[in-house]
Amino acid sequence: MDALLLSLRLALCVSAILLAGGLPLAYWLAYSNWRGKFLLEAVVALPLVLPPTVLGFYVLVAMGPHGPLGKFWQTFFGHGLAFTFEGLVLASVLYSLPFAVQPLIASFESVDRKLLDASAVLGAGSLKTFWRVILPLSIPGIVTAVVLSFAHTMGEFGVVLMVGGNLAGVTRTVSIDIYDHVQSLEYADANRMALVLLAISFAVLSFVYAVNRQVGRQIGRRLWTPWAAN
Amino acid sequence: MDTVGGELNASMLAARVHLQRARAGSIPFLLDVSIQVPAGITILFGPSGAGKSTLLDCIAGLARPDAGRIVAGEEALFDSQAGVNCPPQARRIAYVFQTLALFPHMSAEENVYYGLDGMPPRERAARVDEILKAFRVEKLRARKPAEISGGERQRIALARSLVTQPRVLLLDEPLSGLDAELKAAIVDDLRAWNTARRIPILYVTHTREEVDALGERVIAMDRGRVISTGTPMEVLEAPRHKRLAQAAGFENLLSGTVVDLREADGVMRVRLNESHCEIEVPLGYAAAGDRVHVAIRAGDILLATSQPHDLSARNIIEGKIVALETRGTLVRARVNCGVEFIVHLTPGAVRSLDLAEGFRAWLVLKTHSCHLVEE
Repeated sequence: MDALLLSLRLALCVSAILLAGGLPLAYWLAYSNWRGKFLLEAVVALPLVLPPTVLGFYVLVAMGPHGPLGKFWQTFFGHGLAFTFEGLVLASVLYSLPFAVQPLIASFESVDRKLLDASAVLGAGSLKTFWRVILPLSIPGIVTAVVLSFAHTMGEFGVVLMVGGNLAGVTRTVSIDIYDHVQSLEYADANRMALVLLAISFAVLSFVYAVNRQVGRQIGRRLWTPWAAN
Repeated sequence: MDTVGGELNASMLAARVHLQRARAGSIPFLLDVSIQVPAGITILFGPSGAGKSTLLDCIAGLARPDAGRIVAGEEALFDSQAGVNCPPQARRIAYVFQTLALFPHMSAEENVYYGLDGMPPRERAARVDEILKAFRVEKLRARKPAEISGGERQRIALARSLVTQPRVLLLDEPLSGLDAELKAAIVDDLRAWNTARRIPILYVTHTREEVDALGERVIAMDRGRVISTGTPMEVLEAPRHKRLAQAAGFENLLSGTVVDLREADGVMRVRLNESHCEIEVPLGYAAAGDRVHVAIRAGDILLATSQPHDLSARNIIEGKIVALETRGTLVRARVNCGVEFIVHLTPGAVRSLDLAEGFRAWLVLKTHSCHLVEE
């Protein structure tokens, strides 16, 4: 069960960081008029199309003792990043970035611009408009962002293997554990773990759709999901 | 009631706006207007695409003019020369959009509270109570916008805007889609609210009925320009522009050539295009041979089944009824006199004259029912 607890801890950290960082990033991507915005949009979406091993490889290089991230971490914390839990969090944040940011952008963009104009002429600055109008009307998108980044981190494999390796209690997540069991022909153990992951995934998606119905009914808007973009 | 032109007092809104916007695949849209809005209701009238909403956006600070100056009372809100551009939050200009833009996740009361941050709670509550009462929506406090009927939503949108005690109110067709009675009731409450405050209210509409119902001052716009200013009578009864005539409900818009001028009588004769039909119209700025447009309301034309004699009307034209179309309590007759005229009749008149398609008919036009309009 070590592996499951580790995966849960990792997924929690990653979705918390992605929520905190994703809100301002998505706000900027949704409302900025900067010409070069498409470049950043492409960077954010990159993990969707990049093989996890490619992403993992570059993150590993950057985290290595000669990489910029590795050196930085060494100076401030006295140890490297590669094959540590912190390193795994960082890699997972990058890997799950589009799963958090894209639903947020989509729901920010679908807020009626006239509501933002109305808020402005009623004297509200952009911070008040964000907290009182944009955010409450984007709750389905926020739920989707958190849930998707959580679920995606729970199940990731390639990036973890590249960046974290396979250290019990440090970097051995559920999917690595399952792979290990299969490699050692321990099918019963693999099956137990796989069932847990399946159950969690199903529960998570049921939750997303339930919230979608409930909140969608209240504010008259639907949830953004990657497989049913609105 | 305000006098025409209004009082030039300290609360007046004055806007001079020049703005050019590229439009895909067509000539750029140019807004170039200068308007003055005294206290009371002023109607901004014109066809869709005339630039009315863009002008309101500029006044509210949601759009930025290329050049110009916008002044509310004594304070310059925008001045391209002095480099002044006050953000919308600081302008104290209320703006009710066509879609109302009520916050869907907040109750009616929360919507009204929204613009009153940083005020002592007791004063806030008193203000909200007062405005909800003034617009007769106290009972709807706790309801969400989706649970409120159309007319009441409009009342709440007005309350939300006016509770902030703005110095100018902009209304962008906020009452479209309501029936006349409901509309009049809301406007009465708005007028009552404004008797004490006397702020300028700029009310945008593209329908003639609203101009008649609200009537005080009218500014008529078309294609980014002000084309006429005055009372509704002055602007609508004798429209000087062809597109305005269309919007104002002149069913007959005919082009023709000036035959001669009779200055002594104050009239001129115009031969209508592609016909031998000549009509007498009031004297305008034109010379013999000029092309002019004449607008005539379908309801101002009389129809006779035999040639009328001894009438004061100067224009009696013979023609043939091409079609009779009944539209509710109105019959629309199309009469071909070389050019086609549209004449509005009552069903009773059609019955008593025993009219039918193909009949001969004489149309009677008073000279002063024929209005000269510009292109």
